[in-house]
Amino acid sequence: MIDRSAAPSALNSIPALLARNATEFSTSPAYREKEFGIWQSWTWAEAAEEIEALALGFLNLGVNEGDYLAVIGRNRPKFYWSMVAAQMCGAIPVPLYQDANAEEMAYVLGHCGARFVVVADQEQVDKVIEVQEQLHQFEHMIYLDPRGLRKYDHSRLHEYSHIQAQGRAADDEFRPVLEKRRAALDLDSTCVMLYTSGTTGKPKGVVLSNRNIIVTSQHSSEFDHLKLGDEVLAYLPMAWVGDFIFSIGQAMWTGFCVNCPESPDTMMADLCEIGPSYYFAPPRIFETQLTSVMIRMEDAGKFKKGLFDYFMALARKVGPDLLDGKPVSLWDRLKYMLGEFCIYGPLKNTLGFSKVRVGYTAGEAIGPEIFDFYRSLGINLKQLYGQTEASVFIAQQPDGEVRSDTVGVPSPGVEIRLEDNGEIYYRSAGTFVEYYKNPESTADTKDAEGWVATGDAGFFEEGTGHLRIIDRAKDVGKMADGKLFAPKYVENKLKFYPNILEAVVFGSGRDRCAAFINIDLTAVGNWAERNNIAYASYQELAQHPDVYKTIQTHIEEVNKSIAEDSMLSGCQIHRFLILHKELDADDGEMTRTRKVRRKIVEEKFHDLITALYDGSERVQTTTEVTYEDGRKGSISANLELRDVAVVTPQQKLAAE
Amino acid sequence: MNDMSQDGYVTEDGRQIGGVMMEMKNITLKFGGVVAIENISFDIREGEIRAIIGPNGAGKSSMLNVISGFYHPQEGEVWFHGVERPAMKPYEVARQGVARTFQNIALFEGMTVLDNVMTGRLTHMKSGLLSQAIWWGKALQEEVENREVVEKVIDFLEIQSIRKTPVGRLPYGLKKRVELARALAAEPKLLLLDEPMAGMNVEEKEDMSRFILDVNDEFGTTIALIEHDMGVVMDLSDRVVVMDYGKKIGDGTPDEVRNNQDVIDAYLGVAH
Repeated sequence: MIDRSAAPSALNSIPALLARNATEFSTSPAYREKEFGIWQSWTWAEAAEEIEALALGFLNLGVNEGDYLAVIGRNRPKFYWSMVAAQMCGAIPVPLYQDANAEEMAYVLGHCGARFVVVADQEQVDKVIEVQEQLHQFEHMIYLDPRGLRKYDHSRLHEYSHIQAQGRAADDEFRPVLEKRRAALDLDSTCVMLYTSGTTGKPKGVVLSNRNIIVTSQHSSEFDHLKLGDEVLAYLPMAWVGDFIFSIGQAMWTGFCVNCPESPDTMMADLCEIGPSYYFAPPRIFETQLTSVMIRMEDAGKFKKGLFDYFMALARKVGPDLLDGKPVSLWDRLKYMLGEFCIYGPLKNTLGFSKVRVGYTAGEAIGPEIFDFYRSLGINLKQLYGQTEASVFIAQQPDGEVRSDTVGVPSPGVEIRLEDNGEIYYRSAGTFVEYYKNPESTADTKDAEGWVATGDAGFFEEGTGHLRIIDRAKDVGKMADGKLFAPKYVENKLKFYPNILEAVVFGSGRDRCAAFINIDLTAVGNWAERNNIAYASYQELAQHPDVYKTIQTHIEEVNKSIAEDSMLSGCQIHRFLILHKELDADDGEMTRTRKVRRKIVEEKFHDLITALYDGSERVQTTTEVTYEDGRKGSISANLELRDVAVVTPQQKLAAE
Repeated sequence: MNDMSQDGYVTEDGRQIGGVMMEMKNITLKFGGVVAIENISFDIREGEIRAIIGPNGAGKSSMLNVISGFYHPQEGEVWFHGVERPAMKPYEVARQGVARTFQNIALFEGMTVLDNVMTGRLTHMKSGLLSQAIWWGKALQEEVENREVVEKVIDFLEIQSIRKTPVGRLPYGLKKRVELARALAAEPKLLLLDEPMAGMNVEEKEDMSRFILDVNDEFGTTIALIEHDMGVVMDLSDRVVVMDYGKKIGDGTPDEVRNNQDVIDAYLGVAH
């Protein structure tokens, strides 16, 4: 038992934190899960008992120190308990992506040499059985849901509840072993191993120590004043480092409650019922929610729609300022209060955001409009920048200093350094130990002094000290005059306009930038319909003068906003054309995950690029296309090229 | 496998099938001058998945209606658990532990999924009108108990996300699943499924097949089903009855039926 006065140094492992929570917060809820339509809850004391029983069961099964125990399933308390129980036994938990196919699973399970696997149900059991021949170290599998598994060979297959029951029965025998194993844990022992998603090459196992997780959790919890009584909804993949930090690291550190949805499909309804006070979601989820609200508002009656539009306009004007504590006139404040009563409150309740005190989004750039929508409702949505290798946190936005285009200031305890090419390096207590069984990659990423290369390029904004991410470092180039060229940064800004589906910006090694634009057929087609513009094909619509005019306005707006960045003002677009076909994965112009393959686009459309730079007004071109069934054809088109107004960089720059 | 003892048999995948649960003896059903079923006998054993197949108009649904007590055959006997069943009303049959789904979905469109599935518990509710009206004592306790059973079924069929959705708003495949849920909520010993896969796409069929197998495996429910998709029938069922023009033309394991010349003729057509 840990004394209240014990120094934090005694809290040097997740099981140690659990022991503290079980005594100090014994009656506070630790986990909730909706099952059979009812929220079941476990207090910290109950959770600790469940975890200990499981750990004893693991020992009974033969889990040794240093063993790897894989966990495959959606967010459920029993999986979190499995991970902590593994740690108690001195083993290392390895959560896997549940939607990985058997082959990917085989690689990871083989690479870490997992002796034990805890899975959700028959589907996962089947996957592991399919590949078990390749797994030499694999010994036992434990499943949660016995459905459909009755007839399986149970010599290596065990039901979760049986393991716990056996653990309870063998308490006397294994308790001393468990105590010894638990006492042997310290800040340097491995806490968890997480596999990176492996978009390039094979997944790498990132080893994170107790120090990484606990110190990071402590710092980040203090940064956002997370405390006992906070609620989170655990719904993001367990194999992702963020979920580990939020649902285990910070939850253990502060003692807040982790809520698990009933099923992936009920997540939105469960979110609404729980009303988390601390919430994390990738931009995609915020976008989907906003779209569904907007669509439903379109169907609302005239009066309600009018009310909504009026108060949303007001919210956009004063909401963010109110949140940041900036001065707002009394009249606007009163109106905002009325809006809170009529619109914002009910809307937040429907979305499940009534109680959100701290919300984060990360992973990719979020559209400013989406970001501002939530901020204007009074939801404290912030951005952070992180990596698995950093135990998530590299930079984050403090309360009151939130903007859609930065990722905030370095997180507490994190040092950030920028290389000449803009690449971001960091060093912190959360910096990972190593890539498992991969010293070359470890050495490539982390140097002797502990600095880790992120592969992203960015810069610190003058005045505020906020970090801004511009692109992957390898895509960032220099223009002919030596200015920074960050195509993705500009393309993202363009793509935030609903009319623009894709944009490809050129300019590396040249004196100015030019762009290809793909219009979004749905959005522009909709607009054409409303304005009685007839068109027969994508190509015809794309070449319509009014469409060109609209796109030109968008680009000029983007130029204006780019010009405000002294570092990137050179990336303004001077000339553009709208492509006669959509960039397509079938033609090899994009990856299957819809990322533009810059090189192929450059080769394929080199005639168009030449035309963009030689000043011609129109260009005739023919492009080969591949149809879905593999047949080939070609489209020819006569494209218009158009100049765009650029903004001269501010005088300030010249003065420097 | 034809010489089955009274004690049942073991299937190819190792399931133990019990003794005879329901036996149809020389059933003949007529509608006026039309003979829908002519002198058919077969049995359904405990724990078995029994399919009834046949071309359109063969009398399959009529047979299912005889089992469920909706039609009363003019001739023949229905034996259930070793006792001859007198002519019963369908609700009396339901109380004996027989539940069914319908070829054309028969749900309450305006009610939520939860309420629809709750209606499946009707035969298990015994509290009086007064108690129900004032929502007190036994009625309340019963509601909680029944809700628990229903929630387990909802969990089993993975329809948690539509619990509170009115049935009218659901797509066809989900409605079929809700119907199965309602039948399961009755905790039947014998489950009758009338074309559970009709109109479904491949993925929905796979899901439904999985659920049927799981119901059989998990609850030990005996299942009799009518189905047109031969792939599904041959994969799911332990024994198959084949009907044509109201007569039984084949009975046996899927393999036996597949190689039966009469069955092949009935399906591929032959000069009569």
